[in-house]
Parts: sequence; structure tokens; C-alpha cells
Amino acid sequence: MEQTQQAKGAIPRLWGGLVDWADARFPATETWDYHLAKYYAPKNHNFWYLMGWLAMVILANQLITGIWLTMSYVPSDEGAFASVEYIMRDVEFGWLLRYLHSTGASAFFVIVYLHMFRGLMYGSYRKPRELLWLIGMAIFVALMAEGFFGYLLPWGNMSYWAAQVIISLFGAIPYIGPDLMEWIRGDFLVSEITLNRFFALHVVALPLVLVGLVFVHLVALHHVGSTAPDGADIKKHKDATGKPLDGIPFWPYTVTHDVHATVVFLFIFCAAVFYAPEMGGYFLEKPNFEMANPLKTPEHIVPVWYYTPFYAMLRAATYPLFGVPAKFWGLVVMAGAIAIPALLPWLDRSPVASIRSKGLASKWMLGLFVVSFVILGYLGITPPSPVATAAAQVFTVLYFAYFVLMPWYTRVEKTKPPPERVTTR
Amino acid sequence: MTARLPWRRQTRLVLLALIACPAIAWAVESDWPMESMSPDLEDAPSLQRGFKLYANYCLGCHSLRFQRYERTADDLGIPHDLAADELIFTGQKIGELMTTAMDPESAKAWFGAPPPDLTMVTRVRSPEWTYNYLKTFYLDESRPFGVNNKVFENVGMPHALIDLQGVQRDTCPPGVENCNQLAIDTGSGLLTAEQYDQAVFDLVNFLHYVGEPSRRDRERLGIYVLGFLAFLGIFTYLLNREYWKDVH
Repeated sequence: MEQTQQAKGAIPRLWGGLVDWADARFPATETWDYHLAKYYAPKNHNFWYLMGWLAMVILANQLITGIWLTMSYVPSDEGAFASVEYIMRDVEFGWLLRYLHSTGASAFFVIVYLHMFRGLMYGSYRKPRELLWLIGMAIFVALMAEGFFGYLLPWGNMSYWAAQVIISLFGAIPYIGPDLMEWIRGDFLVSEITLNRFFALHVVALPLVLVGLVFVHLVALHHVGSTAPDGADIKKHKDATGKPLDGIPFWPYTVTHDVHATVVFLFIFCAAVFYAPEMGGYFLEKPNFEMANPLKTPEHIVPVWYYTPFYAMLRAATYPLFGVPAKFWGLVVMAGAIAIPALLPWLDRSPVASIRSKGLASKWMLGLFVVSFVILGYLGITPPSPVATAAAQVFTVLYFAYFVLMPWYTRVEKTKPPPERVTTR
Repeated sequence: MTARLPWRRQTRLVLLALIACPAIAWAVESDWPMESMSPDLEDAPSLQRGFKLYANYCLGCHSLRFQRYERTADDLGIPHDLAADELIFTGQKIGELMTTAMDPESAKAWFGAPPPDLTMVTRVRSPEWTYNYLKTFYLDESRPFGVNNKVFENVGMPHALIDLQGVQRDTCPPGVENCNQLAIDTGSGLLTAEQYDQAVFDLVNFLHYVGEPSRRDRERLGIYVLGFLAFLGIFTYLLNREYWKDVH
């Protein structure tokens, strides 16, 4: 080691000295090795394994553009809407910051949904990754809250009424409902007080929670390691020095994959930012270009597209039960739909992890689940009608069937043994 | 606390009523066959004419309170002194927002509601809607302002461009309602039908610009950003291939 150091030039020697200095005071090289240079991932990682990294890229985008937007945003009844237009018109590149942030919100959910789908496909939630999965679920819930609070801030009419409707859901809870609503709003209706607290939660509280959870998510991931798409375990076959034979170190192999994926992703993302920031009214809804008006209800109050599968399930509950109004059961169904994936580690009784080894029943159920989720998303955007409600009820049942029936169909179906070594195809 | 309860309950009731009836929508869906209209932000003369029309016929009541005169003049290629002399009637400075001098309280008394700000009207509706709206005012003695509108039924606004367009009538045969036929009394307007269409196009084109003044910057910059990413993508692809060529 010392000989090679002496053979090097002045700059590498200086660098080596700096690293030594840092290592004596901070686990620099140790951390680098543990998380990057000597962190092994299966070498057959595919497209789906890029999503975690891309989610981090968007998180960074949201944090940075968010900080700059906060510099010009005014969280007040009179100022909020005007300050967004001030950003769009008078702030240098303000329009770019705003569209990066608003498009980023939608992109975040696209990526997170794909990331979660990867988990369903390859059994990423299974032992020993239960905690990793639960932390991920917590991130998902925090992200939904972050999106909800942020959506009020432009103080457009859809912002206002969507917040009004979602908060009013809590009013359906027996006994405490009405008081709970008032407590959330801080007022008798959505007002500047509500706006101010949502602002605080959106720019301070939830970003802290999110960053903290993402950090813990990574710590847990690097402790247990990634799954392989075929369900092979790379830790079973190691060489004499303890390196997994089927693994490649994160640095530089996963990184070169991720860097290229980032550029491809940014190309698609920027195409939306520069040429379709409203995305036909799905990313930025038309009524939101009008200032919040408590006296003027938009024709169809719909949440942004990424909440609509859950919104459709909320509306699918139409029967009052046990003397409690249907709205409350809708809330229960919606909360259940969001929370139920957290149970997956204990619902999946299959001897194998990956969908590639699982039987026909699992493949069908996963397919039906995805179809249900997409159709529910569509139904959540469309105005209610008897046919749409009936369809939403059918697909809500299918959505839950994927989870509820899992202990049964994963046990009875015929599975293939996972490959001993990773397979590349 | 007990004194506040009835009031609380009242607010709650009002709120519930508001939430329960999203049907109290302002705009009534119309069956008017919409003429298509696609704005052209590269047509500077059209935008300048639109600005002039807006300043003369609309700005008295409808503010563009998020947009500045200076920015508008610069983007549309109008010299500042010309804009100050010919387009600012409120005595404002060129750097100021395009507000209206009308007092909102009196406006409410006159029209029932203050005339809405129109900065983003084409983003809330669409350029097409706005274009058709401005073309379909017709005589209707039953309305307070003597006119009604085909795409915004029972709108509480007079026909501001009537001296340009002339008197337009609903020419449905007696007994037939909503046949969607309108005709202008010959010679009643300052402009011919084609000239009026052009004027309304210019006006809506201008509003489309005001709705998002950075649109052209955005579309121009986008080319470079996407071009750069495509170029960078070649190298990240090659880098990735170089590292992975020995992994089997």
C-alpha cells in the first residue's frame, strides 16, 4: 500500500492524505465501501430496479425547486394565488421552477407506483425485507400527505375544494368527526389558517419525515440487500474473499446503469415540463387557474390523478352499515386500500419470491390487481354515475381480493423452484 | 361557548349544502357547435392588435392583475413610450400590473358580481371557448343587458364589442328553440363578419399570451434541454456499455 502511494503523483498523494485524515475522524472510506464500492447487487437487475434511484432523483428535484419556490411564495389568502403567478411571470425562470415542481409531483407518483409494483412482482417484501417494506409503506403514506398539503398551496379553486372535500371525509367519523374537521382546518371552513398550517407541514414537517424515512429505507436495504428478479439469493454463492459470485458492486456498475437511466428519465420528464406541463388538465387542473372561491364550487371536484384509484374506492362505498353513514365506510375502505399492502409480508405464503417462479394463480391475481388499480384510477376522475359506481365496486373487490386471497392462492398453486444462480436473459 | 354553538351549526350546514351540491356551477353546458380556434403566438401583429382591443374594450372592467404592462409591451415588441401613450389609460407607470380603475364595490352593484379578472381565462376555459363566447352574443330583451350568449347562457355581461360586430339575432324559426342559428343585421357593425372574426381571434390570441407569457420561452428552451439530454444520453449509454461489457 505504502509503495503504491509513493509511486503516485502529487495530487493522488494529497487526496490519499485527505482521506486518511478524514478516516481518522469519520468513517468515510468505511461508509463508501459499505454502501457503494463493496455493496453487492444481483448482476441481473432489470428496468424495474431503476425506480428506487429515480425516486431519489425526483425527491432531490422536489426539495431543490421547493426551496426556491418558497423564496417567492406567500402563504396568505390574498397573496398565495398571486404569488404563484408572480413566480410564473416576474421571477427569473420561476415558471421553470414551478413546472419542475408540479410535474415532479406527478412523476414522483409514477415512479413510486412502478417501484411498488416491482416489489409485488419480485416479492421484495418477503423475509428478511419485511421492515424495509414497512418503511417503504410509511414513505408512501408520507408522500400522499405531502402531495395533499402541497396541492392546497397554489390556492386555486380546485385546491380549495379538493381540500374541503378530503377534510370533510373526517367529518364522517362518528362522534368526533365534526370536531376533528375543525381541528384539522383550524377554522370552520378551509381558510388562511388552514393554508398556513398546510404550508408549514408541506415545506418543513413532511420533507423532514420523508428524508428521514428514505434514509432509514436505504439503511435497511443495504443491511439485507436487493432481491434478484428471478428470486435467486446472491449471498449463497461467494468466492474465497466473500464476494458474491453473482453480484456486482454498486459502484461503479449500478451507478453507470442509474446514470444512464437518469438521463433517459430526465428526457421524458423534461418533455412533459417544457411541452405539456398541464398534461391536458391532469397535472395542473383547469379550475386551479382561478383563485380559491368559497362560494363557487367547481363542476366536478376531483383529486389529482395519483389519488384517484383510492378516491374511486372511497366513492364505491354506498351502503350505510350499523347506523353509520356510507361516507364513513368509504373512508374505511380507502384507508384500508392504502394500508393493506403493509400486510403483504405475512399474506404471501408462497415458497418462492419471484413472480417468475410463482404459479398461474399469482400471475392472474397480480394482473387483475394492476388492471383494477388502473381502471379505478380512471373511475376516480370521471363524474359519478350508477354504472361507474357499480364498476368501482367490482374493481374495489378485485383490488382487495389480491391481498385477502393471497394466503390461499399462494399456498395451493404449483410453483417452480427458484434458480440456484441468477439468470440473465 | 353555548352562544357560539348555533352559529357553528349554521356554518356547518352551509358548508354541507355547498359540498353536497356541486351542481351550483356557474357555467351551464351549452350545445353550441364550437368553431375551432388555435392561437398563434408567433403572429406579433395579431397579438399587438389584440392588446389594443383589450386595452380599449375590456380593461375598463376586466383587470389582468397578474400581468405587467412592461412585460407585455416587451414580449409583443411595442416600444415603451408608445405603450405608455396609447395603451395605458389609468395613469399607471409601465412597470405596474394591469389593474382596473373600477371600484369593486360599485362593480358589484352594477353587474351583480365584480367583473372577473381575465389573466388566465383561456387556461380556465380554453382559447376556443373564449373565441366562441365573444362571437355568440345575441339580442335578448329578457336579459338585464339586452343580450344573451350562446356558450355562456344568461351571462351577466353586456356585449362589449357590439359596435364592432353589430346587432346579432337568434334566427330560429318560431316555436323552435336552440336551433343554434345567429345572424347579424347588415351594416349594423363597424366591421364586416371576416374583420370581426379576425378581431376576436386577435383578442383571444392576446389573452392566450397573457395566460402564460413564458410559453414561448418555455417551448424555445425545451428544444435545447431535450437536445442536450439526447446528446448526453449517447455518452452515458457508451459509459454504461463500457463498464458492463465484461459482466456476464
